Amino acid sequence: MTYVLQQLLNGIQLGFVYALIALGYTMVYGIVRLINFAHGDVFMVGAFVGYFTLRALARVTLAGASWLNGILLFLLAMLAAMAACTLLNVTIERIAYKPLRNAPRIAALITAIGVSLFLEYFSSLKFVFGPNYITFPSPLPAQTWEVAGLRISAIQVLIAVVATLLLLGLNYIIRYTKIGKAMRATAFDRDAARLMGINVDLTISFTFGLGAALAGAGGVLYVSAYPRVHTFMGIIPGLKAFTAAVMGGIGSLPGAFVGALIMGVAEVTAKSLYSTMADGVAFLILILVLLVKPSGIFGRAEVEKV
Amino acid sequence: MRTIRVLSVLVIIATLLPLAGCAGGGGSKTLKIGVIAPMTGDVKTFGESTRNGVQMAVEEWNANGGLLGKQIEIVLGDDKNDAAEATAAATKLIQQDKVKFIVGSVASKCSIPISDVANKNKVVMISPTSTNPKVTVADGVLKPFVFRACFIDPPQGAAMAKFATENLGIKTAAVFYDNGNDYVKGLAEFFKASFEARGGKVTVYEAYAQTDTDFTALLTKVMAEPPDMLYIPDYYNMVNLVNQQARAAGFKGILAGGDGWDSSDLDFQAADGGYFTNHYAADDPRAEVQNWVARYKAKYGTVPDALATLGYDAANLLLNAIKTANSEDPVKVKDALAATAGFPTVSGTISFDENHNPINKDVVILQVKEGKFVHVATLKPE
Repeated sequence: MTYVLQQLLNGIQLGFVYALIALGYTMVYGIVRLINFAHGDVFMVGAFVGYFTLRALARVTLAGASWLNGILLFLLAMLAAMAACTLLNVTIERIAYKPLRNAPRIAALITAIGVSLFLEYFSSLKFVFGPNYITFPSPLPAQTWEVAGLRISAIQVLIAVVATLLLLGLNYIIRYTKIGKAMRATAFDRDAARLMGINVDLTISFTFGLGAALAGAGGVLYVSAYPRVHTFMGIIPGLKAFTAAVMGGIGSLPGAFVGALIMGVAEVTAKSLYSTMADGVAFLILILVLLVKPSGIFGRAEVEKV
Repeated sequence: MRTIRVLSVLVIIATLLPLAGCAGGGGSKTLKIGVIAPMTGDVKTFGESTRNGVQMAVEEWNANGGLLGKQIEIVLGDDKNDAAEATAAATKLIQQDKVKFIVGSVASKCSIPISDVANKNKVVMISPTSTNPKVTVADGVLKPFVFRACFIDPPQGAAMAKFATENLGIKTAAVFYDNGNDYVKGLAEFFKASFEARGGKVTVYEAYAQTDTDFTALLTKVMAEPPDMLYIPDYYNMVNLVNQQARAAGFKGILAGGDGWDSSDLDFQAADGGYFTNHYAADDPRAEVQNWVARYKAKYGTVPDALATLGYDAANLLLNAIKTANSEDPVKVKDALAATAGFPTVSGTISFDENHNPINKDVVILQVKEGKFVHVATLKPE
């Protein structure tokens, strides 16, 4: 029993990170009906910015206690990653997607794949991030606690706390702020929103930025738990988060969160049963969802607008 | 318009002509040695060290008047630690640069495909550090043009099993291995077989893929019945990934691995206290070793790792064979190389057996301790 719970904990750890990426996919889809395939690569950029920030601050001490110092440095790295990713994604939207807003959706989709490949290969260049694999320095000491027979590691606590706070923040922005209201209105009906005086371009930019900030934070959390950074690291987590968003019902925020948790738990379960099966299971889920309930768990069947 | 077009064609031909002359190669002024190593990607320190080692050897030969009256030139190919890239690099060196001798590659998963290309094209190849048996022999058939300067994985896996059971008193071990990597898979198998033959118990024996990053599920499986040792015979970047997560998951036992751990990019903090098998120890008091370490340090400013040392040894073996054959003909060089007997190198005295593997090379056990590798034992192969 403890074993099952322990594995469940591992699954939730992974699921929380997937959730941070999946929300960006689903928000962008909700507002411009675009599957932003470059999202996984924005996540990768976040991980790199986090790494470079931590490296630059390697000799800086912010607090006496080593664990507190570690957390503060980690938060700084995460904020830097969030800021950089926001800027990057807003720029991508302005340059690559905005001119295509009224073009057929397939054109925008292909552009997104192009942006994804650009980010991967451009950042592999020697003067950008470089083509090498880097080990991410662990921000926290390798500490574990025994709680009712379960081993909980410091990194698990960090992921759970940070991800929960970010998700609560996101929930607050979308439900209780003016820009959040504008986002919901634009997602509901872009033209009507524009007629009501909403600055649609700004709202769309904000959505891309918000999604990227979550992905950036997700990137730093991911490499803190699984400490390997390289320029193609965003592909697989990106695809899995996309799968999670589809499973939850693309366009639905609670759907993305629940889908990501299911995804994380399913992957870990598969791995604990037969270790090389994990990726297969993840994509089998995608196929099954598309066959059985294409609109996803929380999705509504969409009525084609005439 | 027409004249401009004709003129431009003439200009293009004029610029290409001298290039064509170069590619002809036959009576070239330098002796070209191809080096294939992972200069970028997940194991780039291996590539850098190997190139440095080969470079040292070549510079020393050149300073002594070169070989066959020619200066030696290195042509470098990057395999990115990827089998397809390795094949492409080898093909380019052989077809385009007309190289007849190759030192490389580092990883067995690259050296195995390269060895087939080299053997088919009658190009002599010597791998400095590829330890998988399949590099020189496929299905019981020797590849006559392919050699290596290192021991092979069966004695390497057995050495760690022996050291673990006899010196450390290890009774249980868990093993993780990359299913798609010949070296890792082979070493894991050889360790397991030898460890079990010595009465040890392998509690968990699990595969992963090279793209995997999350080891928490496997580690939870391991921790259900914590073993004395966790054996991860992969390259340093994967080892870092597993070691950090193993410590975070509360594993308190001994971490261990193979020669893939030997890198300045190993996470020394996570791997602290761990043991790994290797080709040589930099703190070996033998004069050849200390002399080599001093020369390397003077040139590159760091202590040479096994990759640099074996790169140097492999290049020396090859260049010596060319000298003995007194010819650039790969067939003669291959025969001279196969006949090598009692040739002194930094990592030991080398004679080749019928499978083109060095006979009886020692396996060294190093411990990761406070940011350094410390020599703890030398095992004779059995």
